[in-house]
This record gives sequence, structure tokens and C-alpha cells, in this order.
Amino acid sequence: MTDTVIQTDRLTKYFGSKCALLELSMQVPRGCVFGFLGRNGSGKTTAIRMLLGLLDPTRGSATIFGHDSQQLPDNVRGKIGYMPEGHPFYRWMKAKEAGRFQSGTYPKWNKDLFEAVLEHFGIGPDDKVKNLSRGMRAGLCLALTLATEPELLILDDPALGLDPVARHAFLESMIYVTREKRCTIFFSSHLLSDVERVADRIAVLDHNVLKACCCVETFRKQIRQVILRYEDVPIDSARVMSMPGMLHCVHIGNELKLTLVNANGEVDEALNHVGASSIEQVPLGLEEAFLAYLGDKGERTSFFDKVGASQ
Amino acid sequence: MKPNLTIKTGSPTPIYRQIVDQICLAAATGEMQPGDAIPSVRTLAERLVINPNTVAKAYNELRRDGVIESQPGRGMFITDKRDVLTKSERVRRIQPLLDALAEQSVMLDLDNSELHKRLDQALKQVGKPPASGEKP
Repeated sequence: MTDTVIQTDRLTKYFGSKCALLELSMQVPRGCVFGFLGRNGSGKTTAIRMLLGLLDPTRGSATIFGHDSQQLPDNVRGKIGYMPEGHPFYRWMKAKEAGRFQSGTYPKWNKDLFEAVLEHFGIGPDDKVKNLSRGMRAGLCLALTLATEPELLILDDPALGLDPVARHAFLESMIYVTREKRCTIFFSSHLLSDVERVADRIAVLDHNVLKACCCVETFRKQIRQVILRYEDVPIDSARVMSMPGMLHCVHIGNELKLTLVNANGEVDEALNHVGASSIEQVPLGLEEAFLAYLGDKGERTSFFDKVGASQ
Repeated sequence: MKPNLTIKTGSPTPIYRQIVDQICLAAATGEMQPGDAIPSVRTLAERLVINPNTVAKAYNELRRDGVIESQPGRGMFITDKRDVLTKSERVRRIQPLLDALAEQSVMLDLDNSELHKRLDQALKQVGKPPASGEKP
């Protein structure tokens, strides 16, 4: 129980009649770096806002450190560092004033760390927020969040609009934070190369529904691409399309390119019976696996339900 | 600091596998000698900016294959045990690359002596002594 930092149970949100998040149930264990993925508008920010009690769920519940998100006590809030999307600030403040403002609302304040992060991003204490570049604003936001020494870091698309150097600095700080064994990081992102570097586990939202919640490596292994070649034999596409785990299938000349999910023995067995002259496996990177999984496809599937349950 | 590792994201080869391969290569070519220390999990994670668990996973695999060993309280070291894989397994792993090399050299119409010479040079560059082959 104490080892789960974030838990949601059928968390659902409707804005009017529009569904923003449907029945999200997941757990984030303590000490892990958790990547929260999905296309724009798939419900990531909505989920994060509900976790923090900034938005009331339509149904379902969420807890952080065992406390209900809608009634988080101050001492629990004090342990959470939250970086909202787009790094909003009071524009008239100076960097050091923003620091003073933040330090007044948190129990802990690591001034040295705050100044170190500012320096790393090239921000002077007397610089006005409105004059900072986007990367610097992100840096200031990070400094404010890290200086409170949170036990749980919630970052909503921290890398949005950052140049590669600033992004790298961001990743370095995330690795730095994991020095503290008990610290958990929950971040949403579109940058799969970053996710591949730092995340232990990922959750994937698609059209407001949780499709996968597992280790990065598991996700990658679950998705496979194979090319079936048919020489002098007719393509039996009906048979191929009815294979278990079929995501999509592209027909090129006498070849079929299949993307398959949950590729276990069952799938291998089926591949042997589709009558192809040769079968070639195509290795996939995380990004390709993600694209193959969430890219446009004819039929919606939820094969990952199984993975989510067993992992 | 040795070994000089680099990683690539977005590759079909997972990051932990890239680390395993590079340390194996460094040990096999003599870039790293038996008894050389390898960086701690934390140090390597911060240097490469990757999750420490990924490094730990790579080290576990290297330890299981006998490429590195941990000495409690001192850290992790390259072992002097080289022949972890059987000869037939090693041949099996190199064969596809040899086939590709042969195919390309026919396509590019390179004559055999030229090819042998270049292969020897390439082997020399990664630090394997010519012809004499196996280490004692």
C-alpha cells in the first residue's frame, strides 16, 4: 500500500457531453520514473489535473500517497512538486521574487539547489520573468519545483517547446532527482527518445482510454512488425486479417506488412499457417512501436488490457 | 573514463543492450583489461543521462554472462574469463555478417586479396592482432 504513490480507480471526466478521460485505472509505484504518453487531446492533462484535485472527476477516484485527490491535506501537497504545462508565471516578478513566493508556500526550500538550477539555465536572480526566453522560463519553473525537494514530481509535458540543450538539462535533472530513492517522477511527454532514456514504466492513452501500462521494454516487445512475402501464391488476406493481435496490414506488391500486438506463441503459430513463401521480422524502436500502435488503423483494439493486468 | 560508451535512442536496439554490447566489445578488444573497474550504476546513468535501472539491467546481464564481476564494497570489474560463448555459438553469430560482407564485395567487384587486406586492417583497428588469432 505504502509502495503505491499514485492510484486511480476508473477515473472519468466529461466536459459536457464530451468525454475527456474514460475509466483510467492505474498505479504508480514509489521510486519509479513513469512516462505518461498519448496523442494530443487524449486526456493526459485532464488526468493530471484530477490527480492534483484541480478538477473534479465525473466518476471514479484518484489517490496520492493514499489520500483522496479531492481532499489532499497540506502536508501531502507539500510533498508534491507540480510543473504545469506551458510554465505559467506572474510576468512582473523577478526570478528571485518568484523563488521567494514559492518558498513561502512549501515546507522545504533548498536555496542552493534553486540557485544552481537558475545558473545552469543562465537566469540571473534579477531577471524579469516576462523577459525570459521559453527555455529559461522552463528552467525557472524547474528550479522552483526542485527546490521544494518533492517526493513526487508531476511534470506536465515539461519538454514542450524546448531546444535540445534545454531538454537535455531537463533530463539530467530528472536523473539527478532519482538519486533520492524515494522520489517518484510522473511526467507526460511526446518525446519518445526522452521517454526511452529516463522512464521505467509507461502508460499509453489513446482516445481517452488507457491502452497500456507496463515497462518500456515490455511495450516494445509486445509490438512487432513482420513482412510476409508471397511468391507465385495468391495472398489470402482474409485469413491474415483474422489473425490474433492484428493491428494493421499494408499491402505492397506481393508483400503484406503486418503490425501485430501481444506477439506471443499464438501469433507465431498463426503466422506459420498464412501460406506465405517467406516471413521476415522487422525490428522496431520504441518510437516506431508507438507509431504503429497509435497510428491510424481501421479497427480499434484493446489488446493491452491483458498486459496492463499482468504487469 | 573507460569505457567510452555512447548510446542512441530511437534505435531498434534497446539502450541496455547497447551498453552490454559495447562493454563486451571493449573487454574483447582489450580496450578494457581484466581487473579494470567499470563505472558504478549511478555514475554511468548520470553520464549517459539514462535511467539507472537501465544500467543496472545491463550490468546484471554482463555479470550473468561472466563479463564483469562485482566485488562487494569495491565495485564492478572486468573478468579475465573470455570464452563465455562456445565456438559454434560465436561462429553462428558472425556468419550473417560474413555472408553480407561476401555479397557486397561481389556486388562491388572487389578482388579477394584487396578484401583480405582491408579486413586485416579493420581487425587491427579494433585491436585484434593479425592472423595469430586467439588469445592464450
